[in-house]
Amino acid sequence: MKIHQLSLFLENQPGQMIEPCRLLAGAGIDIRSLSLADTRQFGILRAIVSDWKVAAELLESKGYVVNVTEVVAIEVEDRPGGLAELMGLFENSGINIEYMYAFPFGRGNRAVMIFRFDQPDAALERLQAAGINVVGGVDVYNRVQ
Amino acid sequence: MTPSRFHPASAPDYLPPAQMKSLQLDRLRSVVERAFDNVELFRTRLAERGLTPADIRGLEDISRLPFTVKTDLRDTYPFGLFASPMQEVVRLHASSGTTGKPIVVAYTQQDVDVWTNVMVRSLASCGITHGDIVQNAYGYGLFTGGLGAHYGAEALGATVVPISGGNTERQIMLMKDFKVTAICCTPSYFIHLLERAGELGVDVRELPLKAGVFGAEPWTESMRRHIEAAGGIKAYDIYGLSEIIGPGVAVECWAQNGLHVFEDHFYPEIVDPETGAPLPEGSEGELVITTLSKRAMPMIRYRTRDITSLVPETCPCGRTLRRMRRIGRRSDDMIILRGINVFPSQIEGALLAVEGTLPHYQIVLTREKGLDQMEVQVEVTPEVFSDQIGALEKLHDKLTHSLDHTLGLRVAVRLVKPQTIQRSEGKAKRVIDRRNLG
Repeated sequence: MKIHQLSLFLENQPGQMIEPCRLLAGAGIDIRSLSLADTRQFGILRAIVSDWKVAAELLESKGYVVNVTEVVAIEVEDRPGGLAELMGLFENSGINIEYMYAFPFGRGNRAVMIFRFDQPDAALERLQAAGINVVGGVDVYNRVQ
Repeated sequence: MTPSRFHPASAPDYLPPAQMKSLQLDRLRSVVERAFDNVELFRTRLAERGLTPADIRGLEDISRLPFTVKTDLRDTYPFGLFASPMQEVVRLHASSGTTGKPIVVAYTQQDVDVWTNVMVRSLASCGITHGDIVQNAYGYGLFTGGLGAHYGAEALGATVVPISGGNTERQIMLMKDFKVTAICCTPSYFIHLLERAGELGVDVRELPLKAGVFGAEPWTESMRRHIEAAGGIKAYDIYGLSEIIGPGVAVECWAQNGLHVFEDHFYPEIVDPETGAPLPEGSEGELVITTLSKRAMPMIRYRTRDITSLVPETCPCGRTLRRMRRIGRRSDDMIILRGINVFPSQIEGALLAVEGTLPHYQIVLTREKGLDQMEVQVEVTPEVFSDQIGALEKLHDKLTHSLDHTLGLRVAVRLVKPQTIQRSEGKAKRVIDRRNLG
């Protein structure tokens, strides 16, 4: 139940975001969610898009370095303590969350968040054992209803 | 391509040293006389020193002669150094010239024949023979690389594909379809070609290509290892410059340990780049060449700006021609940063040590508050890119550390987007010096 995320190397300068966004727009690819990590010199644009294969090929053909990473989308109760409970699952497990960000949409009273684990399989095992809903790729690419 | 295959044109490569010296002296006296009789600048300079051609009695007297430098060619543009009337000149070549006027060089038919002869011997030294299919990706035109390699390969009896530079995809297609066995181009262009082939799913190692004759820019042993491994070929270094004749001044043999100078036509000396004083055999300094048989445009003691040394030992290949070490650097390329000498080849070594293959890079020099700064811009490749900031910061730190360690001074590293450093299909532009603009 892992989801493909695209990462793009960008320089930390004005105007760097516009070209990849326009390229995706021109190909009719929707950005479902994204996060931008930045350092003083460069940044990494991470995005979940409606068609990651087409998007990766397109961006690579335009000279971008694209990295495809498997991440996990998890439903989180949208109430005080929801995220804390989820985090509790990984307490003392040795599993590290490298980074996380949220989808701009949810499912009812639940938010959907992207997690990049250092050990995604171990993390998935724990989630399933706890009965936490992991959102599938098709749902995410096509937008969760 | 066996190393022992002998081409008749290569006979002078094996002359006994005493015979070579006597040939050189005869030719030296005659070229000095020719330049004295026909080139005003040379005549004036000899007169200033109270010399006449008769003062050249032995080879060692060459050090009494004045140097010729690149600006002499610019100052006498276009035809001021010609020793032949235009009726006898069959070819003109010119350097692209980034500033001001280009440099013009001339050839009589005899000069073209000598050039062809040394190129035949060069290609033969790289194990190329008739039956080989040679893709000549040096630029054809005013640049001497294309036509020089072309004439040599044809005279050798090889099949020439005169594709010239550029259009890399077509180069790869023809290389495959024509079953090309040897290529002539700049080493940086061949690396570009390997990259492009990889993107197109062509593994050059699986093609019949066996040898590459690479020149027109300095390159390093580590680039050679990369080219030989990624291309499945033997990579030979060829040296030349338009002012002397073009490619074919010196070339490697199968031993790949120094370039044999075709010293029956080009007499090499090593001098101190600062003072011009001749250096003892084996020491490193600036290469100075005298064209012993050139007619249209004799060059007497031409300062090449290339830094090398002559190898005193004999070569296992059996050639008696003296060898010069490969040019890793030019005195022009040397960057002096806060009093420390830095060569682009050192930077390449440091980058290679971290990444395994040489990424595209560029050196940018600036002056901030009176202090020179060096920034090495390195393109991020798919092999090293990651979705995690930490991994990229680690790469950045490793590159910085490797450069600090190699150069002994603090250098800023900047990771940049792929394809942002300007590519050239010919010579790579590695250093951007902005220190004089502010």
